[in-house]
Amino acid sequence: MANLVIVEHDNNEVAAATLHAVTAAQQIGGDIDLLVAGENCGAVAEAAAKIAGVSSVKVADDAKFGHHLAENLATLIVEVAAGYSHVLASATTFGKNVMPHASALLDKAQISEIVEVKSADTFVRPIYAGNALATVQSSDSIKMITVRTIKFEAAAAEGGSASVEAISGGTDTGLSSWVSQAVSDNDQVDLTSAKIVVSGGRGMQSGDNFSMLHSVAEKLGAAVGASRAAVDSGFVPNELQVGQTGKVIAPDLYIAVGISGAIQHLAGMKESKVIVAINNDSEAPIFQVADYGLVADLFEAVPQLDAAL
Amino acid sequence: MKILVCVKRVLDPQVKARVKADESGVDLANAKMTMNPFCENALEEALRLREAGIGEEIIVASVGGGKTEETLRHGLAMGADRAIQVVTEETLEPLAIAKVLKQVAEQEGVGLVLAGKQAIDDDSNQTAQMLSALLGWSQATYCSEIKIDGDKATVIREVDAGLETIEVKMPAVMSADLRLNEPRYVKLPDVMKAKRKPMDKIELDSLGLDTANRLTTLKVEEPEGRAAGVIVNSVSELVEKLRNEAKVI
Repeated sequence: MANLVIVEHDNNEVAAATLHAVTAAQQIGGDIDLLVAGENCGAVAEAAAKIAGVSSVKVADDAKFGHHLAENLATLIVEVAAGYSHVLASATTFGKNVMPHASALLDKAQISEIVEVKSADTFVRPIYAGNALATVQSSDSIKMITVRTIKFEAAAAEGGSASVEAISGGTDTGLSSWVSQAVSDNDQVDLTSAKIVVSGGRGMQSGDNFSMLHSVAEKLGAAVGASRAAVDSGFVPNELQVGQTGKVIAPDLYIAVGISGAIQHLAGMKESKVIVAINNDSEAPIFQVADYGLVADLFEAVPQLDAAL
Repeated sequence: MKILVCVKRVLDPQVKARVKADESGVDLANAKMTMNPFCENALEEALRLREAGIGEEIIVASVGGGKTEETLRHGLAMGADRAIQVVTEETLEPLAIAKVLKQVAEQEGVGLVLAGKQAIDDDSNQTAQMLSALLGWSQATYCSEIKIDGDKATVIREVDAGLETIEVKMPAVMSADLRLNEPRYVKLPDVMKAKRKPMDKIELDSLGLDTANRLTTLKVEEPEGRAAGVIVNSVSELVEKLRNEAKVI
């Protein structure tokens, strides 16, 4: 068996999510090679070669891969995948965007968002917003897999000494071009890797009121998240959304403020180690998953919490 | 420009999925079913493109068994012009669905395919991307804004880091995120009108495609539940427990 892991990166650094996909590959067994496709991405290749357990890093440094557009990148994955039994990527918007495109070009099924490796051909994946877990066995000669990062520890970023090989290939399809990326506030703690997350929902009533949560988060070294309702209402930007179709996270502590706890939201946070719910509605479903529930007006409770920290 | 909108019939998102006792799957018998929410966003966008003079005929298509017709009728009631049901009682995987939709898109000569970004039952998030690959068309996933101008479109995509803007050549396959639009409510006269709109039925077998499943579902089980928590009476009690009992702050 041989595994190919598609490295997610910004042409400067390896995304943390990739380290989790490497661990899934380790559990499958066999050699692990990495594919770095980008533009001026030499630093990424160097960093990728240091990831523990990796045999070799293939680097395709070419302008056509600069913005990871799915159509171009998929043509490269197809060419490289031929020598592998498993091709993996993290189940982030990067992996979810490109992997099905490559899978279809290869005429292979994709196994989305695995949470457990049972054997080299059998995997567990959540369905119905995580309300059921399906164990599926693949008959394809190449298993195309995306990995739900929270269910696999991160591989060590240091300690490996993989060979680095420059490769060419892939096609510039000319179908899409990158225009711009809205810059988010980099001062904030990253939601997907934060140990503590403070999330707000519809009960926050406005975007301005999220400053209360930012204040608490700052004291705890926490990231701020949100329910879909809060994002839809325009209180906060989309990248803060936690849930079935947003980010799936599992911090040590998740504090849900003014969030009722719809199935779709629970799907994104119920694997958190400790869950706190603050809500004035004692019947809210969030209390069914909370380790500590406080039935209170958030506009009184959150400032008190802020003062107590 | 003709627009194809791919829709899926799924368990109502407000209903909690129940696993069958024999662990063979999720129990859908007598469950409330609905159009996948993201598919409604896709259809709404097609309707708005038509209202803006960009789209002409809107075709809704779905692959499935008998009651799939209900979901397509809902699409017609929302405003689609006609419907195509590719009939099968088998549950196809996204790759097979994409092969079927490719054939439909080519036969109908559409210039744009809109789909939901993900079906909320199997949460695969694959079909639009696969269809783009099979058609060799541009791909724009997780769209929160679509602007079509002649032979190209500018799309804002919801990605993990925020919002990414890309430009794609037409024809294209685009998948809708929730904030693309707010789907319209269907009024009773529209439901009545939808009954008279054309609904083509095509037997899957007649297409001559390899739609065999590549995955075998061995088991479907419920995840482990969380142990019951406690209700605290004050913020100070909460902070005390987080510090000394849970030891997380």
